[in-house]
Amino acid sequence: MTIKFIRKGVKMSPKSRSSAVSADKSNLKAGAQIIVDTLIDLGVDTMFGYCGGVILPLFDRLYDAPIRVIVPRHEQGGCHMADGYARASGKVGVVVATSGPGACNLTTGLATALMDSVPVVAITGQVRTELIGNDAFQEADTTGITRPVTKYNSIVKDIKDLARVIKEAFYIASTSRPGPVLVDIPVDIQVAKYEADGPVEMDLPGYRIQTKGHARQISAAAAAINKSEKPVLYVGGGVIIANASEELRKLAQKAHLPVTMTLLGLGSFEQSRPESLDMLGMHGSAYANYAVQECDLLIAIGARFDDRVTGKVKTFAPNAKIIHIDIDPTSISKNVNVDIPVVGDAKYIMTELVKEVEYRERAEWFKKIAEWKKKFPFSYDRNASTVKPQYVIEELCRQTNGEAIITTGVGQNQMWTAQFYKFGRPRQFISSGGLGTMGYGLPAAIGAQIARPDATVIDIDGDHSFNMTMTELATAVEHKLPIKVCILNNGYMGLPRQWQELFYGKRYSCSRLQNPNYEDVAKALGAVGETIDKKADVPKAIKQMLAEKRPCVFDFRVEQEENVWPMVPAGKSLNEMDGLDILESMA
Amino acid sequence: MKHIISALVENKPGVLAHVAGMFAARAFNIDSLVVGRTEDPKLSRMTIVVVGDDKVVEQVRKQLAKIVPVVKVQDFVGQPVVARDLMLITLSAPPDKRPEILSLIEMFKARVVDIGVKQLMVEVSGPETKIEAFIDACKPYGIKNVARTGTIAMPRQGPSEVKS
Repeated sequence: MTIKFIRKGVKMSPKSRSSAVSADKSNLKAGAQIIVDTLIDLGVDTMFGYCGGVILPLFDRLYDAPIRVIVPRHEQGGCHMADGYARASGKVGVVVATSGPGACNLTTGLATALMDSVPVVAITGQVRTELIGNDAFQEADTTGITRPVTKYNSIVKDIKDLARVIKEAFYIASTSRPGPVLVDIPVDIQVAKYEADGPVEMDLPGYRIQTKGHARQISAAAAAINKSEKPVLYVGGGVIIANASEELRKLAQKAHLPVTMTLLGLGSFEQSRPESLDMLGMHGSAYANYAVQECDLLIAIGARFDDRVTGKVKTFAPNAKIIHIDIDPTSISKNVNVDIPVVGDAKYIMTELVKEVEYRERAEWFKKIAEWKKKFPFSYDRNASTVKPQYVIEELCRQTNGEAIITTGVGQNQMWTAQFYKFGRPRQFISSGGLGTMGYGLPAAIGAQIARPDATVIDIDGDHSFNMTMTELATAVEHKLPIKVCILNNGYMGLPRQWQELFYGKRYSCSRLQNPNYEDVAKALGAVGETIDKKADVPKAIKQMLAEKRPCVFDFRVEQEENVWPMVPAGKSLNEMDGLDILESMA
Repeated sequence: MKHIISALVENKPGVLAHVAGMFAARAFNIDSLVVGRTEDPKLSRMTIVVVGDDKVVEQVRKQLAKIVPVVKVQDFVGQPVVARDLMLITLSAPPDKRPEILSLIEMFKARVVDIGVKQLMVEVSGPETKIEAFIDACKPYGIKNVARTGTIAMPRQGPSEVKS
């Protein structure tokens, strides 16, 4: 098909280095050039993309465009890179793939970005317009397949619409509750020529953004806060997306409110501050979960009452009046009935709230929280002779002053990172929360490092999460990215194994695989590889790792059957945590 | 409770798939869904009948509104509306039964639109209850085929005491 297409294109003289799809001397522009020019207009200087038959016209125009193209080893990796880039920078991440398998491989990445509200724009090639529906080579119904995993998608069937649709994609992806948007572009549209004239106007009659919260609702929320004896702020990723950490800090300080964060909310509020209750939920802190269950007012901001946060919904925060501030009206009263909903931008609403709230001492409430904190801190056996995974994370936090950008895999590695790395600023913790995509950590670290070349970027990964996308290590080596992969290698799929231990009579069915030697894998791919199996070697190894300028994989052989505590078993209330005796004994 | 939801959507490919996909993905049940053009060639109207408690229907309404090419969503519950279905029904109608059948058709203000040797095709429109009643009344004669549009609806502009 590619060959056919070149034959149909402009004739190439053997001497000419201009390509088959370049614009001729008139004002006519090829579709591929319109795409590139529109991307540049939108401020894109970096993208992640894998070429293939029907996307070659676009890649040809990228050949000498002022856009850096990072080629992943698999389109899923490319999509996670764009996602990591977006989360670390706050900008739109762009990923390009070809039709059929290329587009299909994006789906996990798109679903990950949708669940966590990440602005990603995916551009996919499609077979020629007249072949669509004919089961052509590498044809898939890309818009059909990706519709449930994108905020919006569309196929461009007329070159006149091309620039507008791309502009709309960026706008939709990055505004209101952000999310991934896919634009499918048949190859003939990329080759066709069109005289683009004048500015491009968006046409989105059905897309409205509610930024300002309703003044009366904001006042009602402020009055409830001022009246509350035992309030808790429960904040999620929405605060980070809204760039509203400063407003959150002001609100918590002025009204004197304890703050707990969801997994994706980590970084929105300094965990070193006395008001911080750290993370809540299934593996959240005992003090956060107790506080939520006992509070008389729960103020949810940019969070969505996920089942991993609420536990048993019927008994969630049973004594609390609930305020819910969110830009997405569908999040409100979806899982938990809300008393005071405020739809709008978290930054705007918190700015208004700060004006109306009053300071209250709430001495008894803070005293109670302090007691829980003292009694049930996150803890583990610090005297063990083995390498405890929590110890590795604590040491990483200590040596990086809690300032590194951290990505994770999914499972125990992710939960321990959330528990033991203490985050201080937004866009510092990058993890697949909603979808729980194993294999996210490495490509997300690559995307984050590209967005933040001077930052220390560490992927705290599990062995099996790493297995899923470790091929992207080659991408990191090629681009000389100094990312640091710390594998907490316990040989198991840790959380399934923990559940099998607790709920399936220790029958470890299919949760253990034979792993490769990661040190050798790293070296074969051109990265630094190390194996650490002694506790005493951990600090020195981390120091060495942090000094490395090349990508590195440090394989920490950790305690194999360590569990994540506390744990709210599925279907239980937040206050019915297992493992509290363990935490208490080690406090 | 039954809710009639009216959604004005952009007249673009994929919108119906998006709406139908959202209903399926979120496990909402659709009683009927009708799509048709409006006076504006850029817009279509979808009329969707949903059965569910208030909380479910509230989610349906919000989730619909969230779909990018959906321009406007209205839930007609509690409002005076005109709601109509259209049905084509083919009945077994041997010559000796025809007078009876024709008087039935007369009573329902229905119309015969096709006459065959042994059967009649009848067009009937009206509120859903009337359509159901007509089907019941036709059962003794033998129903060959039924095709129904599902409900379309519009709020009344006149005084609200005028009930449909």
